[in-house]
Amino acid sequence: MSAVIARLVASRLFWPVVMLLALFAINLIAFPGFFAVTVRDGHLFGSLIDILRNGAPTLIIAVGMTLVIATRGIDLSVGAVAAISGAVACSIILGSPEPGSLATVAVAVTVALLISLVLGVWNGFLVAVLGIQPIIATLILMTAGRGVAMLITEGQILTVNSPPFKFLGSGFWFGIPIAVIVAAVVFGAAALITRRTALGMFIESVGINPEASRQAGVRARGLLIAVYTFCAFCAAIAGLILTANTAAADANNTGLFIELDAILAVVIGGTSLAGGRYSLVGTLVGALVIQTLVTTVYTVGIPPIATMVFKAAVVTIVCLLQSPTTAEALRDFRRRLGLRAGKGVVAS
Amino acid sequence: MTHHTDPAAPVVEMRGISISFPGVKALDGVDFRMFPGEVHSLMGENGAGKSTLIKALTGVYLIDSGTIALAGEQVAFSGPAQAQAAGISTVYQEVNLLPNLSVAENIMLGREPRRFGAIDWRAMRRRSAELLAGLNLDIDPGSLLGDHSLAVQQLIAIARAIDVQAKVLILDEPTSSLDTDEVAELFRVIRSLKEQGVAILFVSHFLDQVYEICDRLTVLRNGKLVGEYLVEELLRIDLVQKMIGKELTTLDDLEQRARSVVVDESDAALFVNAAKLGRRGAIHPADLPIAAGEVVGLAGLLGSGRTEFARLLGGIDRADTGELTVRGKAIKLRTPRQAISHRIAFSSENRRDEGIVGDLTVRDNIVLALQADRGWFRPIPKRKQDELAQSYIQALNIRPGNPDALVRNLSGGNQQKVLLARWLAIAPRLLILDEPTRGIDIGAKAEIQKLVFTLAENGMSVLFISAELEEVLRLSHRIVVLRDRHVVADLENDGLTVDSLLALIADGSVSVEEPGEADAAAPAVTAGAAVAASATAPAPPTAPTTDETEGGRR
Repeated sequence: MSAVIARLVASRLFWPVVMLLALFAINLIAFPGFFAVTVRDGHLFGSLIDILRNGAPTLIIAVGMTLVIATRGIDLSVGAVAAISGAVACSIILGSPEPGSLATVAVAVTVALLISLVLGVWNGFLVAVLGIQPIIATLILMTAGRGVAMLITEGQILTVNSPPFKFLGSGFWFGIPIAVIVAAVVFGAAALITRRTALGMFIESVGINPEASRQAGVRARGLLIAVYTFCAFCAAIAGLILTANTAAADANNTGLFIELDAILAVVIGGTSLAGGRYSLVGTLVGALVIQTLVTTVYTVGIPPIATMVFKAAVVTIVCLLQSPTTAEALRDFRRRLGLRAGKGVVAS
Repeated sequence: MTHHTDPAAPVVEMRGISISFPGVKALDGVDFRMFPGEVHSLMGENGAGKSTLIKALTGVYLIDSGTIALAGEQVAFSGPAQAQAAGISTVYQEVNLLPNLSVAENIMLGREPRRFGAIDWRAMRRRSAELLAGLNLDIDPGSLLGDHSLAVQQLIAIARAIDVQAKVLILDEPTSSLDTDEVAELFRVIRSLKEQGVAILFVSHFLDQVYEICDRLTVLRNGKLVGEYLVEELLRIDLVQKMIGKELTTLDDLEQRARSVVVDESDAALFVNAAKLGRRGAIHPADLPIAAGEVVGLAGLLGSGRTEFARLLGGIDRADTGELTVRGKAIKLRTPRQAISHRIAFSSENRRDEGIVGDLTVRDNIVLALQADRGWFRPIPKRKQDELAQSYIQALNIRPGNPDALVRNLSGGNQQKVLLARWLAIAPRLLILDEPTRGIDIGAKAEIQKLVFTLAENGMSVLFISAELEEVLRLSHRIVVLRDRHVVADLENDGLTVDSLLALIADGSVSVEEPGEADAAAPAVTAGAAVAASATAPAPPTAPTTDETEGGRR
């Protein structure tokens, strides 16, 4: 029995799941109907559904970010890519004579996604071919991307009136929010592609020891480009959902700071920023923790002006728990405790 | 203390130094001393304990037992800063200065002259200019460090070390990135420091340089002191012998088998042929034919070019001259991946940085190269992976026998076996093993040696590199000797002994200026070296006659 518990605690998912459950518990105390899911107008409705739906864009980006981080990289440009894809889609829809037609929306979405692929290849090129540090390489697009989005929207907030587009952000399918379905598909596809092929192993191998991987014949360059491209693709999907939800493309604010939430989700999920072994399930839990945190702020009634401070406090605690110094100190503390206990036995 | 003024007293005296790391005794009761105004060298192969001893002296490592005295006074440094303050300056092999600061800032960093609390820039430039002038370096102290060549940076690092009024100056492989003229310049500086009474520790694996500049040397082997010698009294061959040592063989029967096998050396059986293959700064162009089923040993000291040559054959580094043919077809190897597709596997000597992927499981590590060769889209089925892992775990006796264990938690010997399994899984026709038995226990060593032999019997070619000559002699059909980045001999393993090999390694005294001439010089060297061997070494029972060693190819 204790062996089972020991293995549970040793699991990388242990602390993230404990945190998620703790947040759920806090919500349940503050709001007894927290877990209730009802059907209204044929749609699922409830706090949990809200968490899933609002957390979908972060989760989608975090999935791409997980793979990038596993290669020892990072992608800061996801927020900007999200803004570009939203701006592209909205400007195409606005420029079309039939903004409400399904064909227009299909074209707009396809073009936005294709552009994201180009942006991803650019990031990958900077990192894998030119050898620029990932944080610098993607910083370029992070800053330049918002400018590009601004040019596309001509500095305006583009508001579109297109029911099919709006459906992407706030529609339902069999009672389930479209955003949640899209997130599930992205998550499932990433898990399937990396774990059912050898891609996942190569990504981890390159992240752990690039030179050993090269000598073993792994094509790191192509792999890195593919991973950054996938991450940008995820960012574009998230950007479309965010834009569709408000039916407006805002170059300055769409996906603002979402890169930080995505990175946080990955880290909370137990994937190390030093690269190597990654856990998509961990990232899922991490994204849920972050979104539940935001919800908690409302249910517990923390004033909105204190929201950021509250979030910062939680993030600080997570980072402190995971830091090597803390881990070392905890180990030391336990050892000393053990020693003292041992001495006590001898004395008695 | 009165010792200070006595010129005959050692400035550094270390006694009975022991340092252990988990599972390894890095230094075992080593004595070491240095006198003022002498150039001292610390000699030994990889893992001998040279850097551990230096780090003990410079306060980087705490010693487990033993004493260190500096100018007669007992010291116990708890960090490099204390050692430096006490007058021990170190210039490391990798220049660890700041390329984006000026030369003057680099020289004076941490000791900037101050005036009214602020840095006195004028004094700083003046002092650095003086130091640079002392080294005959005519450069602007205000220029950026990164704008200068590595050699100049090395000299600037030395200027920094001198400024702290060093009693002891440690130069760790200072010449590895310098050309001949730059080495001469460095030696001039060393001599002038020596005259000022500084004790200099010069660590280098270039024997010629050691013999040119050093007065005294200390030899370490496997963490133990072999002895302290005056350079002028120690023949090179004796030095090499002391560095490499002799280990009692446990697999004598293999030796007999290796020599009894007749390798088919017709062109049809020639698997790989390197013709004038070379790379600037790594290895002078050299030939190396390897037949199918042949074990070729590369012998030479560290830095002789043995690893560099093997890396060209494995596609790890690109050759910039010469041609490589695989079964008669000329190929270009630009990446390890291409070598693997030609069924050439290279197992690096640097197990940790270039071999294992520590955080992956034993299974993943074993299938990695095979999977990379198949491409990501054609995954090896899980069941097949398990079979592969299980069969190699059994065949190579990998412990623990758990395919899900993380490789980094295995012992060195078992990590090496996992690597071997990785390469065997791709069914190589040529397996290049660079120091496969270094740092592993004797049991695993014997297993790996036996494996090499069995593989060759089954038709696989093996290029085998080891610092242990007994091992090379035991396993190889043919032995290629390298020295100072030249191939100096290529011999059938027929009547060769450790002593005749040592002679070639230490004193193959060829001075080759132009690439390519090494080949012409080789046969003459072979004959000469054999004579040297019988002249300088105690004759072993199977002492080679000149006739026997002249069976060298080419």
